[in-house]
Amino acid sequence: MRREPFLKWVAKPVVFLLCLFPAARLAYDFFTGGLSFNPIDDVTDISGRWTLRFLLITLAVTPVRRLTGFSPLTRFRRMIGLFAFFYAMIHLAMHVIFGFVFDIGAVLRDIPQRPFITAGFLAWIAMLPLALTSTRGWIARLGGRRWQRLHRLVYVSAAAGVIHYFWNYKVTEPGPVLYIGLAALLLGFRLVTRMRSRSGPSAV
Amino acid sequence: MLIRKPDDVRPSEITPETLYRNRRDFLKAAGFASVASVAGLGVSGCAEAEVRAASQLGPYDTDEEQTPYEAVTGYNNFYEFGTAKDEPARYAHTLQPRPWTVQVDGLVRDPKTWDLDDLLAGFTMEDRVYRMRCVEGWSMVIPWYGFPMAGLINKLEPLPSARYVRMETLVDEEQMPGQRRGFFGYTLDWPYVEGLRMDEARNPLTFMALGVYGREGPNQNGAPIRLVVPWKYGFKGVKSIVRISFVEDEPLNTWQQENSREYRFFANVNPNVDHPRWSQAREQRIGELFKRETLMFNGYADQVAHMYEGMDLRQFF
Ligand code: HEM
Repeated sequence: MRREPFLKWVAKPVVFLLCLFPAARLAYDFFTGGLSFNPIDDVTDISGRWTLRFLLITLAVTPVRRLTGFSPLTRFRRMIGLFAFFYAMIHLAMHVIFGFVFDIGAVLRDIPQRPFITAGFLAWIAMLPLALTSTRGWIARLGGRRWQRLHRLVYVSAAAGVIHYFWNYKVTEPGPVLYIGLAALLLGFRLVTRMRSRSGPSAV
Repeated sequence: MLIRKPDDVRPSEITPETLYRNRRDFLKAAGFASVASVAGLGVSGCAEAEVRAASQLGPYDTDEEQTPYEAVTGYNNFYEFGTAKDEPARYAHTLQPRPWTVQVDGLVRDPKTWDLDDLLAGFTMEDRVYRMRCVEGWSMVIPWYGFPMAGLINKLEPLPSARYVRMETLVDEEQMPGQRRGFFGYTLDWPYVEGLRMDEARNPLTFMALGVYGREGPNQNGAPIRLVVPWKYGFKGVKSIVRISFVEDEPLNTWQQENSREYRFFANVNPNVDHPRWSQAREQRIGELFKRETLMFNGYADQVAHMYEGMDLRQFF
């Protein structure tokens, strides 16, 4: 394999730090009183929103490459996906630690009872195998095709994630509607390209 | 209990940050800086802090840590000024709490429109320290300033046929910019409407608040006059009231109208009846780190449970 010093020593660390920035900022604000009067809720909300943003960025990589023939993000997709999981873990930890004070039984009982939480759990559990199989070893073990098929679970995660976001609100707000629209666009792109590649030779 | 006659003390004479509790109590309880900063917000007003001893608390007051003035007045749900928690504090300055009129109509001896100050004449203002539990799952401890609603009802003399009291918030896009149609054309239907059964309205806990922390205002807390029903979720506390109607039928309150699957008329705090989308078993007390357990009727069961005897609280939520 050809070594790419720029990618390895410059680009990847820069993207890594960029992805870490929201968490660093959140931690800084949390410990210096920069959040609202309900900081626990803020950390939950902000980490949830970053999970969703990183998920949608990973989903945007392929459409951007297909449409423009160029996507600088392709090389960082795995890292960004792992950051989505990292933010999801912060989000979940807030819920388990501060929301339920480590009462795991109560957390689990809560999941099937509320569609809002069920959707969040679905979004998280769909990410779990992706995070676990993100290593080179696992790609080799599963083989490219199977690995790719498994990683289509990201569609489930994004769809459940935006619904979870939408259901968090008492009234319809622009934020969740925007994310549902973006997710629909990105997932719809897959649907359209699949149907086209089935129905004719002019596949994009 | 601190009791003042309204003509003894004018609001301008009372220091804005009248704080009854020692800030050190807050800081002790807080672990992380962020939570501590909420708790420690009393610091700014500390020079003039007035510590109210436990012996001054009345029979209906809770002796729990009071939520700092800045949080009580800076973290609000008041959709007339926007749906984000900080928007009421940012935008409520456009509201003009005087002159103010309150239309009293329906099944009442003398239907008429009152000037607010005439309506308030003769009432003795007092402080009530109540827990406040929001349906969203957070809570505060707020020293309200005002008078019991029972007195107001006696003054207005509803007819015996009146079974409910219905209250409305001001509608005025100039004063309440959140009432304009939003970007998606979406807001609640105005006016904001809430109501109580007559026995609930007459319960000694039910309170008409003019403000918090020993004085009138600020606007974002529902000036110039609002309802406080501490055993019910916060949305029952209709703010900036311009109309009080005594009626025979159960009023259709705004959140029920918005989504009757999730919100109904009674809205009694109940850890055993969950919101369809989230649990009501626990709450985030503002200024605390871990969620605490929510109490039946928000801890006011002794005073209010008798009103709901024999009722299926899962059906009438
Ligand atoms: C078991 C998994 C999960 C649980 C139990 C859970 C729980 C919650 C809870 C309780 C809230 C409300 C926080 C509050 O306002 O108090 C919330 C909000 C949210 N969650 Fe989750 N969540 C889970 C997974 C996820 C995942 C995987 C995503 C992203 C794909 C996500 C994205 C969000 C977003 C965007 C919000 C709303 C943030 C806002 O209000 O701005 N959650 N979640």
